[in-house]
Amino acid sequence: MATLDSVEDDIIRLLSEKVEGDLKLSADTNIVSDTGLDSVSVMDFVFELEDEFGITVPLDRISDVKTVRQLAATIHGLILENA
Amino acid sequence: MSIEDKVMAVEKAFGALKALGRDPTRLEFDEVISPTEATLEGRRTILLGTNNYLGMTFDADCVAEAKAAIDRFGTGTTGSRIANGTYELHKSLERRVADFYGKKCAVVFSTGYAANLGAISALAQRGDYLLIDADSHASIYDACRLSDAEVIRFRHNNPDDLAKKLARLKGKPGDKLIVTEGIYSMLGDTAPLAEIAAVKREYGAYLMVDEAHSLGTLGEKGRGLCEQAGVEADCDYIVGTFSKSVGTVGGFCVSDHEGVEILRSISRPYMFTASLPPAVIAAARQSFDQIEANPQLREQLWRNARTFYDGLEALGFELGPEVSPVVAVKLSGKEVAVRFWNALIEAGVYTNIAIPPSTPGALSLLRSSISAAHSREQIATALDIFAQVGAEMELIPASKADRRRLAAAQGALRIVTGGGSPARPIDKQKAHTEAKTAAER
Repeated sequence: MATLDSVEDDIIRLLSEKVEGDLKLSADTNIVSDTGLDSVSVMDFVFELEDEFGITVPLDRISDVKTVRQLAATIHGLILENA
Repeated sequence: MSIEDKVMAVEKAFGALKALGRDPTRLEFDEVISPTEATLEGRRTILLGTNNYLGMTFDADCVAEAKAAIDRFGTGTTGSRIANGTYELHKSLERRVADFYGKKCAVVFSTGYAANLGAISALAQRGDYLLIDADSHASIYDACRLSDAEVIRFRHNNPDDLAKKLARLKGKPGDKLIVTEGIYSMLGDTAPLAEIAAVKREYGAYLMVDEAHSLGTLGEKGRGLCEQAGVEADCDYIVGTFSKSVGTVGGFCVSDHEGVEILRSISRPYMFTASLPPAVIAAARQSFDQIEANPQLREQLWRNARTFYDGLEALGFELGPEVSPVVAVKLSGKEVAVRFWNALIEAGVYTNIAIPPSTPGALSLLRSSISAAHSREQIATALDIFAQVGAEMELIPASKADRRRLAAAQGALRIVTGGGSPARPIDKQKAHTEAKTAAER
């Protein structure tokens, strides 16, 4: 079972493949304003997370998500719900 | 953030692009001459951005029916059907649309946008699930916001991803409504509807198909992708618009599920907006007759679409994945797209510009919509202009543009564009009749 920390690490690993330049990603990284990704690219990134963790992420669950930490908490919560 | 701050943010985002030429959101035509031509900044301009797939806006019969309806029933209904009642005209249009699709029920809305908003938000409620294609039109996304259902995106045109998501919902109470489109408006690609219908059957979901760009353009009878893919029985709800092939304004939802009638009592975009005016209803009704009676219009549309797509491909432009009435040219970025769009207008061709974030995959596109009413000469001239401007901007190899010029010099006809000449008066209905006659040839 994935832990909150391991989910956070996985998100940072997958997100770093998307982000151009030398940006150092952390739990506090704002996924839209810090990465240069537009909203559609972020939504498409969620598809990758769904495949990685074997879950579905409903739109309303991520509407208020801004940082990597918040996204990890949401994903981890969904993993627990589906366990 | 104050309202002023929000305005500043928008200006900052779009100001640089507007500085390259025109504001795409505020383009003003001097006069629309026909389904395929207008004057813009004093220039005769070929219209390649209207979604007027069958050229129905100037159809003589549709115009005559609309005029007669105004004389007989007046200019409007001045309110919603809930407040001001249903006219016989509304009922006759709903019967016409239902008959066209061979379905039991039809509900008509005041726009295609309202049809999606109204049908989706009312059919999928709290405790239900909406499964929408990632590349869905804004009206579908907005409908999801109006609905209390849980919204799940599936990868564009990917039945496997849809199946995976439905499998995770197995055993959970609540209806599952899949929403897909026929032809997608940005790249002109079609949904793998037979496969999506198979997934729908396997998981016991409902299927809604938005045929906005495929009504009149696909299927033997023009009923759209559901007809062409042979899955009409699986399409529980078909939504669409009158603003493209039908040539006027309005929207609809048709179904064999008689429960769709409940939309009249619970669908806010149906209940709280003014109903369609008589002239629009009469034109739409007549247009469905024309779509049914004139399959040659569809054949002409596809001949034009194939010619234009193949022509652009030969010039070296990168296009959407399949020949379609929507032909999208992919460009390397927003600024290039805006410059190209402006240069084409100056050369006498109007297209639609589409840039992120409103496009799939962050693509910058120039989108053309082809019409049955485009003459062969207009298609050829448009290709010549794409070749000339594309080569000047170094978007395509000059050698390919030269090759086209040489071929054209061997006798292709031309219509005059550019040069700032004022529009000459044109018999618009005669122009449409000529297009129809050309299609019949």
